[in-house]
Amino acid sequence: MIVNFTHKQSAHCESGVVSNLLRFHGLEFDEPMVFGIGSGLFFSYLPFIKVNGIPVAAYRIWPGQIFKRFADRIGIKIETKKFSNPTKAMTALDQMLEKGQPVGMLTSVFYLNYLPAAYRFHFNAHNLIVFGKENGKYLVSDPVMEYTTEISYDDLVRARFAKGMPEPSGRMYYPVEVPKDFSLEKALWKGIKQTSDNMTRIPVPIVGSKGMKYLSKRLRYWPERIGDRKAIQWLGNLIRMQEEIGTGGAGFRFIYAAFLDQASAKLENDKLFNLSRQLTKSGDQLRDFAYYAGRVCKNRKSDTKTFAELADMLEACAAEEHEIFRQLYEVSKSK
Amino acid sequence: MEKDQVPQDQVNLNEGKLAKLYYATDDKGHYVKVNSIGWEPETVAMQQAWDVVFDEVEEARTKVLQGKASPLLYHIRKNIMTHAMVASYASTFGFMVRLHCYPYFFNKLSRKTLERYAYTFRITVEELTDIESLRKNDR
Repeated sequence: MIVNFTHKQSAHCESGVVSNLLRFHGLEFDEPMVFGIGSGLFFSYLPFIKVNGIPVAAYRIWPGQIFKRFADRIGIKIETKKFSNPTKAMTALDQMLEKGQPVGMLTSVFYLNYLPAAYRFHFNAHNLIVFGKENGKYLVSDPVMEYTTEISYDDLVRARFAKGMPEPSGRMYYPVEVPKDFSLEKALWKGIKQTSDNMTRIPVPIVGSKGMKYLSKRLRYWPERIGDRKAIQWLGNLIRMQEEIGTGGAGFRFIYAAFLDQASAKLENDKLFNLSRQLTKSGDQLRDFAYYAGRVCKNRKSDTKTFAELADMLEACAAEEHEIFRQLYEVSKSK
Repeated sequence: MEKDQVPQDQVNLNEGKLAKLYYATDDKGHYVKVNSIGWEPETVAMQQAWDVVFDEVEEARTKVLQGKASPLLYHIRKNIMTHAMVASYASTFGFMVRLHCYPYFFNKLSRKTLERYAYTFRITVEELTDIESLRKNDR
């Protein structure tokens, strides 16, 4: 069975899945809109949580939140199911496909063999849509891919029941009720307000634009503190978090600027467009940061001077972002 | 980033399977979607992460050949897993997996336990216990 389904590529997996699923249910939302209304943009640097010995730096809100917030703000009812038994999970999936319903699900990246080998780490919070079954293979719309692909039963079971942190546990979800009318304006402002609030007003030094400044402070002394080899590894990890698959460039800043661009057209608000242009500029600076950091990684040679320069670049970005989101908060707080 | 500045670096790790989507601006500052086949800094960072993995695999391989570790360690490293992850696949405990990374304990394992580990790595028991095939370096 194949569900009649239109696949569109997107930069980020979670917002892309939402966008594709809703198109099937008759609601047309571009990916940046989903990302913006769901308040996807964030920054946090958590030096006390380490993955493979490298502290966590995230340019976005944690997985699952975009979907949840977006659904709350638009008023979509979603059914989420979690399984302990793989066979039951696959039967439930088959039943939904039989009904003609495409299903979004949480998977691991490691077992998705249509992706290039280099991307297949154990990352367990990837989202994709299964929209059909043909010759024992499942048809997959993975939002980061240009075209739809297919995956075998065994691989899909593995991907849905991968172990590690966090465990997907076969989670699958689909909208059950889509609202006929909703206030887009309200949802847009709510999304903008939350993002700008989170970025500038949380009184904790490790999140938002303060978090970026804090990271720049720490980064400056990495080579002295942990040695050249590790400092370069940590820097490489930072580039990956910022630029690897699913960010749309500059750690989601460009997606968010695209959202502000689209929102300014919808709300007929020129201030938003100006802020979008500013965010584009500071995103370009983040790209430069990644470019120079990449050069440091490539030469495998670091002296504190280069790290100090990188830290300066990041600090400048942090200051700029703080200013942008402060203005954004001013614009949105009375709405 | 303007749309004609979106990097298209030929050296990348995408194997021609993937052209990622980027958001870039047109000449008026409005956003459009552009595909990119690769960008060097990202490729460098990714390659670096894999080099760390490959080094660990190589280290494990040498240890196994010297008789200091069991093939289990090699397969854990090769699949980029942690002991805790393997434990939850094979429904046992992390410290048991750690123990079984020593040849002394590994050689005493029952067929059933070996099958569970083989299931974890999606290979057969023969492939799991085969040390000879590790002699040739197949990176």
